[in-house]
Amino acid sequence: MSSATTAKPKKTVQKQTAVKGPTNVLIVGVGGQGVIMVSKILARLSQLQGLQVKQSEVHGMAKRGGSVFSHIRFGEEVWSPTIPMGEADVVLGLEWAEGLRWLRYLKPGVGTFISDTKRIVPPFSCRDRRHDARHGYAHHTIAEIVAQVPSAYAPDATGMATELGNERVANTILLGLLSTVMDFPVESWREVLAEFVPPKTLDTNLKAFEAGRAWTKQDHKPLVDDAATQAAPEPLLKREVKLEITESWCKSCDICVKMCPERCLALNDHQIVELVKPEACTGCRVCEWLCPDFAIAVHVSTVPINTISAEAAGEVQA
Amino acid sequence: MAEASQKIAPSKEALDLNVITQTGEEARPMTGHEAIARGVWEAGCRVAAAYPGTPSTEILENLAKYPIEDLHAQWSTNEKVALDVAYGASYGGVRAFCAMKHVGLNVAADALLTEAYIGVNGGLVIAVCDDPGIHSSQNEQDTRMFGKLANVPVLEPSDAQEALEYTRWAYELSEKFDTPIIVRSTTRIAHTRSPVVVGKRQEIEDKGFVERPENIALPTTARLRHPVVIEREHLMEEYFSKSDKTQWIEGNTDVGIVTAGMSYSYVREVLPGVSILKLPATFPFPRDIVRKFCESVKRVIVVEELEPVLETAIAAMGFTVEGKEFFPRAGELSPEVVHEGFAQAGLLKPRKTVDIVEFDQLVRPPVLCSGCPHTGGYMALRALNARVAGDIGCYTLAAMQPLQAMDTCVSMGSSIGTAVGLAKAGNETRPIVATIGDSTFLHGGITGLIDAVYNDADITVLLLNNSTTAMTGGQEHPGTGKTLRGLDTHKVNYADVCRAVGVQSVKEVDSYDLGVLYQAIREATEYKGVSVVIANRPCVLDPVKIKGPAFQIRAAGCTACQSCMNLGCPALSWSDEMLDGHHKIKIDETSCIGCTLCVQICPSDCIRPAAELASA
Repeated sequence: MSSATTAKPKKTVQKQTAVKGPTNVLIVGVGGQGVIMVSKILARLSQLQGLQVKQSEVHGMAKRGGSVFSHIRFGEEVWSPTIPMGEADVVLGLEWAEGLRWLRYLKPGVGTFISDTKRIVPPFSCRDRRHDARHGYAHHTIAEIVAQVPSAYAPDATGMATELGNERVANTILLGLLSTVMDFPVESWREVLAEFVPPKTLDTNLKAFEAGRAWTKQDHKPLVDDAATQAAPEPLLKREVKLEITESWCKSCDICVKMCPERCLALNDHQIVELVKPEACTGCRVCEWLCPDFAIAVHVSTVPINTISAEAAGEVQA
Repeated sequence: MAEASQKIAPSKEALDLNVITQTGEEARPMTGHEAIARGVWEAGCRVAAAYPGTPSTEILENLAKYPIEDLHAQWSTNEKVALDVAYGASYGGVRAFCAMKHVGLNVAADALLTEAYIGVNGGLVIAVCDDPGIHSSQNEQDTRMFGKLANVPVLEPSDAQEALEYTRWAYELSEKFDTPIIVRSTTRIAHTRSPVVVGKRQEIEDKGFVERPENIALPTTARLRHPVVIEREHLMEEYFSKSDKTQWIEGNTDVGIVTAGMSYSYVREVLPGVSILKLPATFPFPRDIVRKFCESVKRVIVVEELEPVLETAIAAMGFTVEGKEFFPRAGELSPEVVHEGFAQAGLLKPRKTVDIVEFDQLVRPPVLCSGCPHTGGYMALRALNARVAGDIGCYTLAAMQPLQAMDTCVSMGSSIGTAVGLAKAGNETRPIVATIGDSTFLHGGITGLIDAVYNDADITVLLLNNSTTAMTGGQEHPGTGKTLRGLDTHKVNYADVCRAVGVQSVKEVDSYDLGVLYQAIREATEYKGVSVVIANRPCVLDPVKIKGPAFQIRAAGCTACQSCMNLGCPALSWSDEMLDGHHKIKIDETSCIGCTLCVQICPSDCIRPAAELASA
């Protein structure tokens, strides 16, 4: 064993001339939508133009329906693989709420925002058990976003793709749109596309690409938002739920306890059903309908909201 | 077993599918881990082993794409066994490789700390992947500290090109200095793709087994080896000081930055013009070159992710050094965080951030897939009001809304031991159930089960068998009957294993049959002593994506009770139709795989095959 070596630490000198910063593209969506594939296409394109390129993603949870994002940076010199917040030249969303999530990464005033208006509503957004509850999904209308970002495109790419006969080419439509705001020659786009898509879908993909390019030439018409994004009216009435339990009819069969969606029933020390979490009860009537002995009756009444205290209103949450 | 005598030969398909042979000058886009795999192959490695763990999994998956006659690549039952296998190959005189995630090194540590004394015959490189930011792990431990503890050198590549070069270099160092070498990667290195210039495979001479006294770790040999290990540390310190992989970037001498790994990229990005010392290895610490660098600048700042490893080492040399007062010890670094740190150090102006549009962020946590066979078991455990000791895998997501059916989760295989402890504490009134996946059971659960039987613990083990290592993307394991290269092999029979270690109550059920599953778990919890319920159903994603006929909700029959929403199935969401102030439910037919769990849950029996409703 010897430490003898003729090598020397590598000394270099920092360049004094400023190099133009890299172009930053952020591609975002939901697991399974093809974020990584779209990124690879863009990275390949950049490499073909003789540029340095780094593409970075974190996809540990991608298959489990989580949020997926991929940073692509290309230029003469690229160091960090990730894009600092507020420095993305383009945010490309394959899903609407994911596009919105990353909007703050866009260069204020100059960055381009492109997002499919497709909505993938996660089960987490449908958890609110309160009366007249709204989706937890993004409530901003497309018009609101488009008005605030100077360069914003919100096509219904998934809808357009379905019309072309393959929902999966939505990403290619978005790439077509992206190609109109970037400097790469359009022929390169088509070549790289051909490299990445399955050969038998190439025709549809090329059509989709052209559809995306054509879309920008149309007037930007804000789409009509669906009911889920409309603001719900303030509730004026509060519901009160009461369970009437006829103890002598209950035979401790446990059906209501097992089936209650809110898990708010239990058998007490006498093996008789009892409402143990009244605040969680939504009055869904499952217990009433399923009880083989008609031992439970659900009574729902409404009272004007201003007669209950704000504190009490807060307790209604499931 | 009949299978046992079957000769295992590589199928032609497995070879044709996966082979990568081309070498060329053109830079190819590769992730850090594709590059490490390439480096291992180029270095002439003959044996590679690993247990999957995000983000290290891709290394072995990529190695398996190289020709089978070049190297043997295998999944092992756990990281300790994987390292033993690699070390055995090194004993045997060939170059060997092992990969694991940071917490995997804890499992393999017992072997590693002694191997550092014994040394190597064939070069041994261990890729360990840290997860700063805890993207998908249980903790954020810093492997660089392990290097110091184990006296094993730690190399830190900063991008994919270096990942390849350092891996090849690590084999040279391993054989030159007679030590295993750790190549430390991080999630960011693993998942960053950049062009890499590749090389050719080296032909390495097979040394054969070399009989040396230190091959056998005993007090007598270890006492003799420890001073050698310490001497080696000094030699390597000197070596790294002189290595041409140590980069000194000359710039403004008012400030000097000492850094390594991915942090280097952030420094280059954020603070151009300063003097930088980039170290290829963080242990052993090359004091000589660091001293020269620190003396050449007026102010020394260390930029490093996680623990202040370099900073402490520089401070110990007597220099005034700054670092962790500007850069956090917890979490992943990024250009933003590094910029913020330099701003605090007075070197940059703080970044201005403007929110373009103010809005509430949509919460989109990872969820169990639609049709996930784990869901039913946790529904049953909720209904039984069990105290659930969980484990590591997709099913840990059952701790989240809406299932919320898990009370503990620590490390691979911990569930069974934890349940034994809960039972022995003697104060739990609820039934105690350990839930563990098949791959985790094989990794670290079997010893726990033997312990439970041996100590007659009154617990139930729910073995969630989905026949794959799902969380890491569907890798084969000893229970799937396939190897890493997709070849047929022997298959563990879980019920036989349980009975063989003395479990008297073993029952196998279908994960999709809720009623039977519930009854089986209920009976098992009533059994005094150790009981095991094995719930079988393949993962819906791997090895094949499962898609059966979709179901749909007959809106007229839906009472908006939300019972099905308690499954947390991503195919279920609210429809716009309301009943009595609550949303009725609809099914996304493209994501529904037809598992029927919601059909079994629905109290109003209104979920039907979509085709039936469409034709009605």
